[in-house]
Amino acid sequence: MDDQEQLQKTPLYASHLSLNAKMAPFGGWIMPIQYEGILAEHAHTRGAVSLFDICHMGEFMFEGDAVASGLDRIVTQKISSMPLSSCRYGFMLNRRGGVIDDLIVYRIKERSWMLVVNAATIAGDEANILANLRGEYKFDNVSSRLGKLDLQGPRSGEVITKVFGPGPADLGYYRFGEFTLWGQRCIISCSGYTGELGYEIYISNDYVVKLWNLLLSEPDVKPAGLGCRDTLRLEMGYPLYGHDLDTAHSPVSAGLDKFVDFSKDFIGKGALLEEQKNGPKERLVYFKAGSRRSPRNGFGIFAAGARVGTVTSGSFSPSLSAGIGMGYVSSSGCRLGTAADVGQDKPEIPVTFVRKPFYSKT
Amino acid sequence: MNTPEGLFYTKDHEWARVEGKKAYIGITDHAQSALGDITFIDPPKKGQQLKQGGFCATVESVKAASDVYSPFSGVVLDVNRELSGHPELVNRSPYDKGYIFEMELSDEKEKAGLMDAAGYAKYIEGLAE
Repeated sequence: MDDQEQLQKTPLYASHLSLNAKMAPFGGWIMPIQYEGILAEHAHTRGAVSLFDICHMGEFMFEGDAVASGLDRIVTQKISSMPLSSCRYGFMLNRRGGVIDDLIVYRIKERSWMLVVNAATIAGDEANILANLRGEYKFDNVSSRLGKLDLQGPRSGEVITKVFGPGPADLGYYRFGEFTLWGQRCIISCSGYTGELGYEIYISNDYVVKLWNLLLSEPDVKPAGLGCRDTLRLEMGYPLYGHDLDTAHSPVSAGLDKFVDFSKDFIGKGALLEEQKNGPKERLVYFKAGSRRSPRNGFGIFAAGARVGTVTSGSFSPSLSAGIGMGYVSSSGCRLGTAADVGQDKPEIPVTFVRKPFYSKT
Repeated sequence: MNTPEGLFYTKDHEWARVEGKKAYIGITDHAQSALGDITFIDPPKKGQQLKQGGFCATVESVKAASDVYSPFSGVVLDVNRELSGHPELVNRSPYDKGYIFEMELSDEKEKAGLMDAAGYAKYIEGLAE
């Protein structure tokens, strides 16, 4: 297994093996896909609380003046106006408006921010940022030193309080705080990728295993893999970089303009304004199958028998007991409520275009 | 992995339980475990003519879809109707409640091209290396 040897391992690699996880490559890392099973882990996250190893994701620390250094131009969020201890979701774009990555920015202090990026894009993101920064600043790619655990599910508030005390449970959505555990400074945000109440915990790699074991010792907490992370995020209609977002598509095309602050200057702004004016060539759409059959990444989307697009994410939705997916279409005929088909090379699975999220609590 | 005695096995991880001229067909414990949670099964049609090694069904899991190939040539007598609402039976009971369909064999001599339990157990051991 030469391929696996070249893959990076998180500090929890041995823990996953001892839990009999099914491991698979993801974004250059060997990661747990499932322990008990994707459906069981999905249900446990929706009904109780799950713990995910997210150490593969990247974190950059920045200190300086966001506007003078050019950092504010590199991302689509207006980071210079963010309140302290808040998070903001947005994009890093190229000049054509294509998405280099989607990322969450944390404002730690007046002049300090943390950027949380996808695992497979760490090196490219760093290169893009450094190429566009100027003047005085401090930039530190701490990805290999900082671990990340996601605690997600309706019971996550009780668990986080038991381990960290009463602070984190008081955080509003997309807010974070700094907390101390074992003398270690941790950042905890009330956020996640599942649609459930949850927390993203950043702690030194040296303490990740200890924290993982402590959280798993809580009776409500079970480990969950990237398999159910994908079905959970897809039910919410959250995009996955490399599938639903890429350099060939812009946030306008993805219908995610609301995470772009047009009141400021940013790389790719001209292209986005042009695209807004003329209308995007392709649009990201969401569809639900009339059966348990799953649309799959790379399947065609067919309207009236003609191929009009490509599925970028697709799966069985455990909450809906039906196939769901998203993909880019070129046709303006793919409106909400209209019927179409998806399939590998020909129309096979009847679907209906729907609004996201596919799943909601109520 | 569970590989019960008395069944015939294919290299594509199907099993067949032959009862006279009739056989029940499913996928093995190894196959269901590799696929993970099974979410949908597209069985062959009643009356459909199958060829040994020919495509006969699709099994979808959360992660992927995979083809099922018929262990024998013959005609489909009936399909396991329980699976349309409960595809997880293939995970829970791959050799019994999770069978996919039953067929009538057209040529019993085709057994010679299949493995027995010991042969299949050895075969999947080899795959793991």
